[in-house]
Amino acid sequence: MNILYDAQLDGELPDNDKQQVLATLSQALPDMTLLHREEDLRPFECDGLSAYRVLPMLVALPHTLDQVETLLKTCHSLGVPVVTRGAGTGLSGGALPLEQGVLLVMSRFKQILELDPKARIARVQPGVRNLAISEAAAPYGLYYAPDPSSQIACSIGGNVAENAGGVHCLKYGLTVHNVLEVEVITIEGERMTLGSEAFDSPGFDLLALFTGSEGMLGVVTEVTVKLLPKPETAKVLMASFDDIEKAGKAVGDIIAAGIIPGGLEMMDKLAIQAAEDFVKAGYPVEAEAILLCELDGVEADVDDDCATVRGVLEAAGATDIRQAHDDAERAKFWAGRKNAFPAVGRMSPDYYCMDGTIPRRELPHVLKGIAALSEESGLPVANVFHAGDGNMHPLILFDANKPGELELAEEVGGKILELCVEAGGSITGEHGVGREKINQMCAQFQPDEITVFHAVKAAFDKHRLLNPGKNIPTLQRCAEFGAMHVHNNELPFPELPRF
Amino acid sequence: MTVTQQNDQDMAEALCERVRQAHRDKTPLKIVGGDTKAFYGRRVEGETLSTLAHRGIRHYDPVELIVSVRAGTPLMELEAALDAEGQMLGCEPPHFGEAATVGGMIATGLSGPRRPWAGAVRDFVLGSKVITFEGKELRFGGEVMKNVAGYDLSRLMVGAQGTLGVLTEVSLKVLPKPGAHHSLRLEMPLQEALDKLAEWGRQPLPVTAAAWYDGALHLRLEGGPSSVAATREHLGGDDLDNGFWIDLREQRLAFFSSDDTRPLWRLSLPNHIPELKIEGDTVYDWAGAQRWLRSEASADTIRDAAIRAGGHATCYTPYEEGGCIEPFTPLAPVVAKYHRNLKAELDPHGIFNPGRLYAEL
Ligand SMILES: Cc1cc2nc3c(=O)[nH]c(=O)nc-3n(C[C@H](O)[C@H](O)[C@H](O)COP(=O)(O)OP(=O)(O)OC[C@H]3O[C@@H](n4cnc5c(N)ncnc54)[C@H](O)[C@@H]3O)c2cc1C
Repeated sequence: MNILYDAQLDGELPDNDKQQVLATLSQALPDMTLLHREEDLRPFECDGLSAYRVLPMLVALPHTLDQVETLLKTCHSLGVPVVTRGAGTGLSGGALPLEQGVLLVMSRFKQILELDPKARIARVQPGVRNLAISEAAAPYGLYYAPDPSSQIACSIGGNVAENAGGVHCLKYGLTVHNVLEVEVITIEGERMTLGSEAFDSPGFDLLALFTGSEGMLGVVTEVTVKLLPKPETAKVLMASFDDIEKAGKAVGDIIAAGIIPGGLEMMDKLAIQAAEDFVKAGYPVEAEAILLCELDGVEADVDDDCATVRGVLEAAGATDIRQAHDDAERAKFWAGRKNAFPAVGRMSPDYYCMDGTIPRRELPHVLKGIAALSEESGLPVANVFHAGDGNMHPLILFDANKPGELELAEEVGGKILELCVEAGGSITGEHGVGREKINQMCAQFQPDEITVFHAVKAAFDKHRLLNPGKNIPTLQRCAEFGAMHVHNNELPFPELPRF
Repeated sequence: MTVTQQNDQDMAEALCERVRQAHRDKTPLKIVGGDTKAFYGRRVEGETLSTLAHRGIRHYDPVELIVSVRAGTPLMELEAALDAEGQMLGCEPPHFGEAATVGGMIATGLSGPRRPWAGAVRDFVLGSKVITFEGKELRFGGEVMKNVAGYDLSRLMVGAQGTLGVLTEVSLKVLPKPGAHHSLRLEMPLQEALDKLAEWGRQPLPVTAAAWYDGALHLRLEGGPSSVAATREHLGGDDLDNGFWIDLREQRLAFFSSDDTRPLWRLSLPNHIPELKIEGDTVYDWAGAQRWLRSEASADTIRDAAIRAGGHATCYTPYEEGGCIEPFTPLAPVVAKYHRNLKAELDPHGIFNPGRLYAEL
């Protein structure tokens, strides 16, 4: 089934005349950059999921909020769909354009509006890069905790829309735990404030609802984040294992010992080798798996915890345990992990990154399933894993130039996600559903649950103009997806085993 | 590990049937757990739907740091089960009575002294089961730490006070209990305490509760034995019984005594706001971000001051006992519109706790 918007399965989209929309918008917004020529639109045809490309009808690059407001009001009255984009690093095609829609690019909103070290908050525009916040806060001994591997490039607006996580989120939380307030503009062009600088606000928790809503409910125009004091110290242990199951079990043992590490990551042999080739992180290339365990906090506690964790790792059968002896080596250990995606990218013309989550105890079982799928399809799979919180990133290696390989990779990916759902997990831990996982949503949720999601959408965007076709599948699509799978005798819908 | 116990009882189907009947008859339901937080919010007129019989810890795996528990389970029972495994609820929720249930904790979303450091109730919610207006029990979120599939309806239910559906089950992230703790009391004027807290807030100190009460800053230190000992040495002060934090959380300090007939207000404010000049007496919790105010001042006066400071004010004294007719700060017009839209979509006939939060919801 094709991933691109399909009116039969995703619902009819309004069919507007491009020249007319262009004329109306240009007149309403004479000072806003509005791209319409094919060669100007081309660079915007995909986000981080570059296998899927669609040329938008128009690209709007506003630089004032009044322009955003007018643009949304005008599109609303014309009935033109709007897809919002931040930095375009999203991996699920959430910011994939629509042929009949305007792509609203928020990248010109790059200002840090306020940084208050006493209140420990930063108020920023949505186009500000994740890392830029921590850099601005560093002189005060503060930082913004969620640290997606894409943090040098991704925008805070995109982070809010995806509820982005990072390697430190087991201890410090996801975006939803670190954002205090957002300003949004609705599709009708109304401005509203959700959350506040205080720890709570009256009424429904719309801030939580908007976080991770993939640009379906409103456009984020300002974000106030919480800043944390930098831990006094951080130390990293790297443990090697000759068996990936032992490594998986060690993760549970660390947590059972009452320790919540700042970061707890696992990589399998293929990922270790790729990372080592790429960044020379000093990884043991002969190991079947490594665990990186970062302990941070007050010096004295961290030393105690390092000793405890070392004991746990030894008992769990680690073949080698190394502790980074200075910050430079610690950075090196992490560089291997943080560059795992591009490193794997060097091994293969293309790779496809999955994002399923599972209860940690299911790790050995799911890894076995992935290995079997890899063998069956002939496509190698490297595993990178936010082990502490059960978020897997299997990377499927393929070559899009070979006929049929992209489709095969997609199929393997879809099956991996279904494996995660069967194990009681989720099809996405942090990358979002977007367009990519729209079919697997039908495996995770029943039609009644999907109906409730559509009701939430309707409360904010009755005419389905914001990012239509993303995040929540139509029931028609699920029926079709289910039928296809029944046909293959693999995954009947709707009577799937769930959780 | 699946916990089975005497108090394990699944009444979901009966609850669904009750909701279907209310849906057919278009009769409002007043959803009640232990009824310990009836004072919190507006009065609801409706037929009582009790969650109490739907109880029990359905699944608790300490190694996964996740517990799934039915809404009618007594909060004390849940906390005892976690305690037995050396774990706890990070949000330290107030009970306001022995009968308090897990469902009530989620519906009100109230958190205790640890909130600024560890997070609020909503921060620990991973998944939930909810009965919709058509009487169907649906599941959102799940028993995993990370899950961004679909909209976050589980968190939306926290603090919605049952106005969007009947909560039947919730999955929560739990935390290991800290290795060491020590509470202390330092005599100092209010502003000095607030300044110190702002300064300490930028340092990695093992503070997990901070209140200013009765002329002194009260602090709780928690963490590894080494850091707690070192910080204790560094700060000095008088030893304080750890029970102070429970008395503060449960509103059992003399300040909260019912002999004082002035209305009780809760002010929720950004970090580092100086004293607000409102007549009355104030206790400062959450390092000053949550303030308890005993005051005869008008609701407008109190709310204006809170809003100007970037926060909001809630009246904890019921209307019938002299409190404000609207306990919660009114919403901005656009925000109110989307509250109404959401309520209309998820509860079109207004059968779930109508009017508990605001008259129009
Ligand atoms: C190499 C690599 C590593 C990555 N590692 C991680 C990781 O560790 N953790 C993680 O969570 N993600 C990771 N990602 C994914 C991606 O970086 C995140 O999802 C990020 O939050 C997307 O931000 P963006 O600004 O690029 O958003 P975009 O890709 O532009 O958009 C993503 C979604 O957000 C919406 N959106 C964007 N801006 C707004 C706005 N202002 N208002 C409303 N909606 C908006 C879009 O419509 C779309 O649905 C990685 C990506 C890459 C390429």
